[in-house]
This record gives sequence, structure tokens and C-alpha cells, in this order.
Amino acid sequence: MITVRQVFARTPYYVVTTGLAIIFMYPLLWSAWNSVAPNPGTAQVQGYGFGNYATLMHYQHGLPTYLWNSVVISVLTVVFTMLVSTLGGYAFARFTFPGKNLLFLLTLSILMVPYATLLIPFVVWLKTIGLQNSLVGVALVLSMFQLPFATFMMRISFEAVPREIEESAYVDGCTSFGALRRVLLHAVKPGLITVGLFAFLAAWNDFMVPLYLLQGDKAPLPLALVGMRQQVMGVIDYGSTQAGVVVLAVPAVLLFVALQRHYVAGFMSGALKG
Amino acid sequence: MTASPATETPPSDRRRRPGRSGRLTARDLQGALYASPTLVFVLFLFVVPLGLVLYMSTNKWSLLGGKQGSNFPANFQQALEHPMFWPAVSFTVKYTVIATVLLIGLGLCLALLVQESSRWKGFLRTTVLVPSALGLASASLIFYALYSPQVGPVPRWMQALGVTDAVVSPLGTPDGALWATVFLIVWRFAGFYMLLLLVGLQAISRDVYEAARIDGAGTLAIFRRITLPLLRPSLALSTVMCVTGSLLAFDQFFILTKGGPDGSTMTIVQLIYNVAFETKRDLGLAAALSVIVLVALVVINVFQLRVLRGSDEK
Repeated sequence: MITVRQVFARTPYYVVTTGLAIIFMYPLLWSAWNSVAPNPGTAQVQGYGFGNYATLMHYQHGLPTYLWNSVVISVLTVVFTMLVSTLGGYAFARFTFPGKNLLFLLTLSILMVPYATLLIPFVVWLKTIGLQNSLVGVALVLSMFQLPFATFMMRISFEAVPREIEESAYVDGCTSFGALRRVLLHAVKPGLITVGLFAFLAAWNDFMVPLYLLQGDKAPLPLALVGMRQQVMGVIDYGSTQAGVVVLAVPAVLLFVALQRHYVAGFMSGALKG
Repeated sequence: MTASPATETPPSDRRRRPGRSGRLTARDLQGALYASPTLVFVLFLFVVPLGLVLYMSTNKWSLLGGKQGSNFPANFQQALEHPMFWPAVSFTVKYTVIATVLLIGLGLCLALLVQESSRWKGFLRTTVLVPSALGLASASLIFYALYSPQVGPVPRWMQALGVTDAVVSPLGTPDGALWATVFLIVWRFAGFYMLLLLVGLQAISRDVYEAARIDGAGTLAIFRRITLPLLRPSLALSTVMCVTGSLLAFDQFFILTKGGPDGSTMTIVQLIYNVAFETKRDLGLAAALSVIVLVALVVINVFQLRVLRGSDEK
């Protein structure tokens, strides 16, 4: 039974939390609204419409080029991260080999080294190995920065699988790779989704790595949008910038809300404690 | 490090392994093979660039001309004598202190507010977390527009509240630019720290709270004597992550302020970028600055972990 007094006691709580919800929602909703709303100095001066999106389509190399670059970088980063961390996690959880602990510690120590320290040498190093201004090069760099979290996450995922499951696969004549592919991969799927989600969000949203390593028609969308805001002197076209933000935000937010459980699982795992 | 080294031999291994120890079995080789992609990544994309940045910091190395001979202590001397170096360090530290205090404080409040699960609290968690899905660059672009006198509502609100006399961008003054950026960062990261602390809160057993209540402890006493001490590991982790992240701040200032007005919001990582690509185009000097940042960060983290762990044991 909720008494009148309890309702009154709870009122401040609902006022405060509603206020917080509004503050946190407002910037995103404002941005989405203003990407189609009329504003002076934008491509949408009168009435509601998609004028800002049309500007974006033809801005320099065009939205399709930038979007394609973002998709390539994100997909490659997710694939590299999942592949390397699955095999690595399997190796660290189920095998013994010389240098195992050293390699694991070295992988975790990537966390200690900031982006800013490694990007200067990457400018030189990627040129040396022929990956200058290359989407693959940037995806490799982004995957490397994902490895500490991803490897740790996959290692504990494999360690949590009961050995009996694998045993029966071996009894049925599976090789270690067969056991991984047919049995274990299914068991570590939640961990793998978490790793993929973190890698996708990091790669899709990253600005700093492309800023150092990509330019011109190889720029992903975040880099192109920031360039857009610097390009025009005097009057800045805020409309098309917000349209670009919406294009970037929609896939990230949808995926995030759909896979929120797996995002939270990443925090529960302790993998962030590296 | 929370890794639990699991070195037990799998049962299948015990069967196959011959009596001799110290020899690699076929299974060990397979393990090494599975770890080889990790090894390749770590060697070629981590160890080599790390070595290279050390090497570059001891050489004269221009952006366009490449390596031009040894320049050992000179790069580091120049880095420390750069007119923007100490201002950038002091601004970065100031920003780090403000951002960390606000983010951890607000993160903790939010975590306490949404602790038990109900439909409303689930909705609240999601609204606070959604900005975490956005990139820092996208978030900065949204706030750049929100702060603009041309289209954004914030300058009008500030005038209405009497903070400013006219409709002007808050980014125009050094203090305004700092607080405007802090507000953006709090919006973008509060959910992240809320979640980190929420995980810690939920690890505290309900029995402890009940026992305290039976002993007659009030809400405030419970918070101070039970919640805070038991939350210490999570608070420590959050603080270390927040300090590290803030010391390396780049995107938000690059997009919102470009270090301005008059270099007043220049962070140390922005200085590295400027030296490398804009003003001097000197990669040797930028590498020296990068090495200084790396060493400082390692020292600060070791210190933080020691302080936070040391008081943990008492």
C-alpha cells in the first residue's frame, strides 16, 4: 500500500531524476531536431526538410565516400579484434607454451601507453611498411588498442567454460581447432559479442587516430565533419554538421541500446581493471 | 592486474604428454600457434612503435624531411623550454582535477539513484548511458553548435540568467571555455562512471546493510561506514581511469577551442599535435614530448595505485 505520505516523500526523487533524464537527452534530441529544422546560415532556411543532408551528400568527397571509409575501418577493426582475441584467449586459457605469461602481460601493458605516445611513431612506421593513408593501417592500429580488453575478456570467457565440454569433443576425435570451432566458440559467444561491440564503438567513433593517419578521400566521417567545421571561415554551417552527427549517432545508439546487456557485461567482467 | 594465470594442464594434455618435462608437446606448439596473431600484433604494432618513438626522440626528425641525424638531449631540452610546455602542463592538471572530482562525484550520485532495479530506473540508466555510445568527436560537435550564438540556445540562456551581458559564446573566455568543455565531458562520461560504480555497489552484499540497520545505523552512517569503504576498489579504479583519460584530453579541446582563446586551453597532447603538424612540424620534438607524457603517466599511475592500494590494506 502506498500512502499519501510516501507519494510526497518520493516526489523530490522523481523531480530530480526527471530533470537529469531531460539534461542527458536534450543535446542529442536538439541535434536531431536541428538537422531538419530551419536555421539561418544553413541549407535549411525555411520549413522543415532534408536540405542539410543534401549539403552533406555533396560536401567535398561526398557523404557516401566518408561513410564507406567509416564502415571499412569499423568492420576491419571488429574482424581483426575478434579473430586475434579469440585465438589468443583460447591459447592463454587452455594451453601452455614458452613465453605465455610474458606475452599476456605485454598485451595488457598496451593499456599503460597512451594513444598520443604511439601516434607520432605510427606516422613514420606505417609509411615504412606501405600503409600510409590506408584504411587497413588505421584498422590495425585501432585493433591493437582494443587488444588488452579483448584478450582479457576472451581469456576469462574460455576459462569459464567447463573442461568436460571440450573433453567430449576430443573423445569424438576433434582436433583442438575442431573443438574451438564446433564447441567452444558457441560457449564464449557472449564474451565475443561484448568484444565486438566495444571494438565497433571505438572504431566507428574514433577521431584522433584518423586525424594523425588519414586524409583527403580516405577520411572517415568524424574526421570529415570536424574538417567541415574548420573549413568555412566566418559563418559555420551548423546544419550540415548536425546532420552528420545524426548519421554517425544513429547506428551507434541503435546498436548500443540493442546490445546494452553485453556492454554492461564488459564492465562486470573486470576486464577494465587491467 | 586481475588476471588469474591458469596454468593447469588440460586433461587431454595429461594423456598425451610423455614423461619428459621441458620438451614441447604437439599441444604446446598448437597453443603457441593460436597465440601467434597476438604476438604479431603486439610486436609490430606496439613494441616496434614504442621503440621507434624512443629512437625518434633522440634524433632530429622533421615531418617532411625525415631523419636528419642525432639530436639527443636537444629535443628534450627544447620540449621543456617550449613556451607552451608549462602552461599546457598546468592547464591539463587543472582540467584533470576538475573533471575527475565532478565525474566521480556525479557518477557516484547517479549510481546511488538508480541502484535498485525498476522500470523507471532502467530507463534512467539508459538515458544517462546513451551519450557513451557517441564518439567524443560527435559529442563535441553537438556542444559546439549548442554553444554558438548563431544557432545554439546556451548563449541565450546564459544571458537570461545574467551570467553574460550579451548573447556571446561561452567559449570566448578562458574560464568559459574550460567550464563549457567540462560540461561536455561530464555529459559524455557520467554514464560510464555510473556503470563502473554501479557494478561495485551491487557487489556489496545486502546482508551487510541489513546487519547495520538492525544495529540502528542511519542512512548517512551506512553510507559513510559501509558503502564508501566497501566501494573503495571501484572508486580507485574509476579515479585512475578518469585521471588517465583527462590527462590525455585531446578531441574535446581540439574541436571546441583549438587550445584558445590565446592558448589558455592548450592541453599537453594538443601541444604534441601542434608541434608535429602545425607550428614546427618537428616529429623529433613531438616524440620527445610523447616520451615525457608516457613517463609521467606511468609514474602517476604507479603512485596512484600505491596510494589507493596502500590505504586499502589498513
